[in-house]
Amino acid sequence: MTDATAPLATEGRIESLAERQRRRWRMIIALRIIVFVLFVGGWELGVRAGLLDSFFFGQPSAIIDKLIDWIHNGTSIGPLWKQVWVTIYEAGAGFVIGSVLGVLCGITLGRNQLLSDVFSIYIKIANSIPRIVMGSIFIVALGLGSPSKIALAVVMVFFVVFGNAFQGVREADKNLIANARILGASDWQVTRAVILPSALSWILASLHVSFGFALIGAIVGEFLGAREGMGLLIASAQGSFDSNGVFAAMIVIAVVALCAEWILTTIEKRLLTWRPEVSAAGE
Amino acid sequence: MSAATAVALKNVARRFVTPSGDVLSALENFDLAIAPGEFCAIVGPTGCGKSTTLGLVSGLAQPQGGSVTLFDAPVTGVDRRVGFVFQQDAVFPWRDVLGNVMAGPLFRGVPRAKAEAEARDWIARVGLTGFEHHHPHQLSGGMRKRVALAQTFINKPEVLLMDEPFSALDVQTRELMQEELLTLWTQSGAAVLFVTHDLDEAILLADRVAVLTTRPARVKSVHTIDLPRPRNIGTLRYDERFVAIARRLSDDLRDEVLRARREAMA
Repeated sequence: MTDATAPLATEGRIESLAERQRRRWRMIIALRIIVFVLFVGGWELGVRAGLLDSFFFGQPSAIIDKLIDWIHNGTSIGPLWKQVWVTIYEAGAGFVIGSVLGVLCGITLGRNQLLSDVFSIYIKIANSIPRIVMGSIFIVALGLGSPSKIALAVVMVFFVVFGNAFQGVREADKNLIANARILGASDWQVTRAVILPSALSWILASLHVSFGFALIGAIVGEFLGAREGMGLLIASAQGSFDSNGVFAAMIVIAVVALCAEWILTTIEKRLLTWRPEVSAAGE
Repeated sequence: MSAATAVALKNVARRFVTPSGDVLSALENFDLAIAPGEFCAIVGPTGCGKSTTLGLVSGLAQPQGGSVTLFDAPVTGVDRRVGFVFQQDAVFPWRDVLGNVMAGPLFRGVPRAKAEAEARDWIARVGLTGFEHHHPHQLSGGMRKRVALAQTFINKPEVLLMDEPFSALDVQTRELMQEELLTLWTQSGAAVLFVTHDLDEAILLADRVAVLTTRPARVKSVHTIDLPRPRNIGTLRYDERFVAIARRLSDDLRDEVLRARREAMA
């Protein structure tokens, strides 16, 4: 070996490292597909071989048939898109109202020691109530229409977002606050220029979780009593012992949740461009 | 007419209540006066209360006793004439360099266009032209300090408080920043109160160096540094006058550090 070959050897090693990473990524995708095929295929075969009772567990092929049937002919309670839209509307409205209220209250209480000392006990009490149960109250008070579902979604979302916004305000860097004040910022400017941006990553993290909660709120609300929506669709499928219908509805809801997650991730990336890039491993 | 002192602390006391309910005295009977345009460094044993003095002058904290004045008027809150460079990074991570430097003028109600023009000028003065739209995480520690200096000097402070601003930098960068600071200070004519644990740094930069006692801190002694200006940071430390001063101050400080250690052991 002479010195002249050394750089070439290094180059070769770097190339093989990149190649190895690509190969690993291909392998992971292949494994993911295998897991999916094994699970769904096993389920289907298990039902066909009589090991699983399709009455309880459904059957993948029948679930897909059900979905196609819903898309073409509508569901037992009306067109599928209408049910999906109602649920998205209720969850979305509850999500927006709940997050705005949560952020406002979180920042107000986070910035004001007296208010937070007074209200912290009540928030703890309210937070310890199983919030799903409030759905019954909302349906009695607000009726079978959308408002009761939106109210339940708001309650589900509010506490998560509030908690994170409050914590985000409390975790704001004391040095940055001091610096802003020295530079001439008023209390309101400190809130806008330092508190909000530093609480933003906390708030955005809570929004990810809370859209799921809003969806649960809307669906459980519909489940408890409604005239339309995915929750009612599940309830009516359950009432007619149609397990394939329950699974099909679950898939539709999962698609909605994944789309919302994707939208939130995009917004988050847009808002947090100032943060150092996290290593792009995984996705 | 001009005031006799830019900053004066008279008989100042600052005490903290610890979580266990004890009263901890950071400063007692603290006296120090700084003339307009003077560069005064404060050195002392670790944790003796050096930074506490800056907090009092900035108006971010209030004394429990004595008086703190700026240009002969008592400090009642954050004063527009005061600038503060912090030990840790205090630039806003979500703003780019331009946004950080123009923050002060914008907070103070300067129109955006004027603030931006001033900010671009200061960015050029600290040598960051071309980095206007970089975010702090994309800059080195030294460059972030330059942003902090521009951010502070753009407000044209008459009193500049600095809390170990260069302690996190490597030796070479620190030297460059010290020269940079001396240049900016000479142009601005501000009075500087510079806290450091680095005795050499204090002597290289300051007109006077105040040595503090262990907690509760008082001013133990004040040394006038009669080295001529402009000073060359790179070569001055090998000058025999510098060495003589350094030896004198080092002896003075060592007594205090040893006493602090004995008290900590006891």
